[in-house]
Amino acid sequence: MDDLYQEIIMEHNRNPKNFGTINNPDVFNEAFNPLCGDSITVYFIFEDNKIKDLKFESQGCAISKASASLMTELLLNLDTDSATKTIQEFHKMITQNEENDYDEDLLGDSVALSNLSKYPNRIKCATMCWHAAKESIIDLNT
Amino acid sequence: MNPNISQIRKDFPILSTIVNEKQLVYLDNAATSQKPIQVINKLTDYYKNTNSNVHRGVHTLSGKATDEFEDVRLKVAKFINAPNYKQMNPIIWTRNTTESINIISMTWANDNLEENDEIVVTAMEHHSNLIPWQRLCKRKKAKLKIFPINNNQELDLKYLDEYINSNTKLVSIVHSSNSMGTINPIKTLIKKAKSVNAKVLIDGAQSVPHMPVDVTDLDCDFLVFSAHKMLGPTGLGILYVKKDILQNLEPHFLGGEMVLDVSYESATWNDIPMKFEAGTPNIADVIAFGSAIDYLNDIGMSKIREHESELTAFALNILDENKYLKNNSTLFGPKNILNRSGVLTFHSDIAHPHDLGTLLDNEGIAVRTGHHCTMPLMKSLGVPATLRASFYIYNTEEEITKFFECYSKSLRFFDNVR
Repeated sequence: MDDLYQEIIMEHNRNPKNFGTINNPDVFNEAFNPLCGDSITVYFIFEDNKIKDLKFESQGCAISKASASLMTELLLNLDTDSATKTIQEFHKMITQNEENDYDEDLLGDSVALSNLSKYPNRIKCATMCWHAAKESIIDLNT
Repeated sequence: MNPNISQIRKDFPILSTIVNEKQLVYLDNAATSQKPIQVINKLTDYYKNTNSNVHRGVHTLSGKATDEFEDVRLKVAKFINAPNYKQMNPIIWTRNTTESINIISMTWANDNLEENDEIVVTAMEHHSNLIPWQRLCKRKKAKLKIFPINNNQELDLKYLDEYINSNTKLVSIVHSSNSMGTINPIKTLIKKAKSVNAKVLIDGAQSVPHMPVDVTDLDCDFLVFSAHKMLGPTGLGILYVKKDILQNLEPHFLGGEMVLDVSYESATWNDIPMKFEAGTPNIADVIAFGSAIDYLNDIGMSKIREHESELTAFALNILDENKYLKNNSTLFGPKNILNRSGVLTFHSDIAHPHDLGTLLDNEGIAVRTGHHCTMPLMKSLGVPATLRASFYIYNTEEEITKFFECYSKSLRFFDNVR
């Protein structure tokens, strides 16, 4: 169990970063995990195509909360192209294709979640917030 | 004589599976039960030696398949003690409990429900016994009433007269709750429904596999359940309909097998129950299900209920004596063994059920985590999800002890780093 619930994940679950709401967000998106009823909402403020602020609110397990917390740390202050790239790399890591060719440098502490690929029925827990973020960037650009 | 559990376990090949380097402890029986070798053998035996389509063809195998297929229909009718089933068999094969309920919502209920009529369900229904009625009531401008529950997740019978009244057309209730383990006093509800001329549908998905259920004694109008939760194969549901309704019930699916005579302009229906089973039915699974019924009958449904009650009492006793669990985990549902099944549902503020479920899985223990298809109930309890352990005839006290050891250990793991 230690490979999944590493200290860094437990810490982000205990004290999540950027947890809460933004009152007048430019974009926000909610993601659901219909398997368990968990939900997560990610709020964004953009400025000059950059993520100036983002927060998340969730009702979910340690993995989903830690993943969202780690994500907000990574995406804050990135421009939307870099954010999209980071989201792509995270998905590569989590679904772990055979080449295992994700860019670790972009993913910071969230590489602690890489072992999740061994727990296929928990992947959705970690990816919910990243989906919501991806949708938000798409919404901004449309 | 009490059933010999260690002997029974030998009939279930999957129980000796190693999961994550640990002996499997299967406590997810409310989701689906495991299958004894007799059922597995029957299934392969059918495909090896009998496979043929039913109710058509004059060849030997077709006749054999038809006989075996119809024998199981008789067996199931007898199993739930359907009245006069030899004259008119009231068992209709469906895909699952959900489909059985949907069929009634689209046929009998659709034909009989009028504006301002009321359908009563309970606050603990599975989505399958809620959503079909939501849609139907919206279409018909009828009312869907949710029978309230008390703090132990039992029906609050003081509302009986208020909720079941002269406007009530149908009472559609779960016998044994899949998410709380509550066994509802359905006889009381059926009696009340009959007194106001309402029909009653019993969702027996979690009761028929675990205790004697007698439709003659209950006098319900519909009983629905699934083969896969009672040692049988997946993909097979049962719909029992009382004779007086069955005789006037319109078929929901049309096509082959369900007709007597067809012209380019019109068709006449086949006899009951065939007129309700359009197309080639799930022949192999029906026939294998017959072996599941035999297996259950050999043990005896009362003995199965007794065994599960003993396991539940054993579990409640462990909970009672374990201060840590008592203080850090909530068990939902009735505390009285008489009206609770072998379904134990927990919530803890320390950790989310998903995280706990993964740690238990690492120990080879299979439990269910989530909302158990009872989202409105979870919302009313103020929890996103629960952790559920559910028992069957092959579970043992040793397995329950192991479950609680690992459950406490997992809670402590999250507790220590809180």
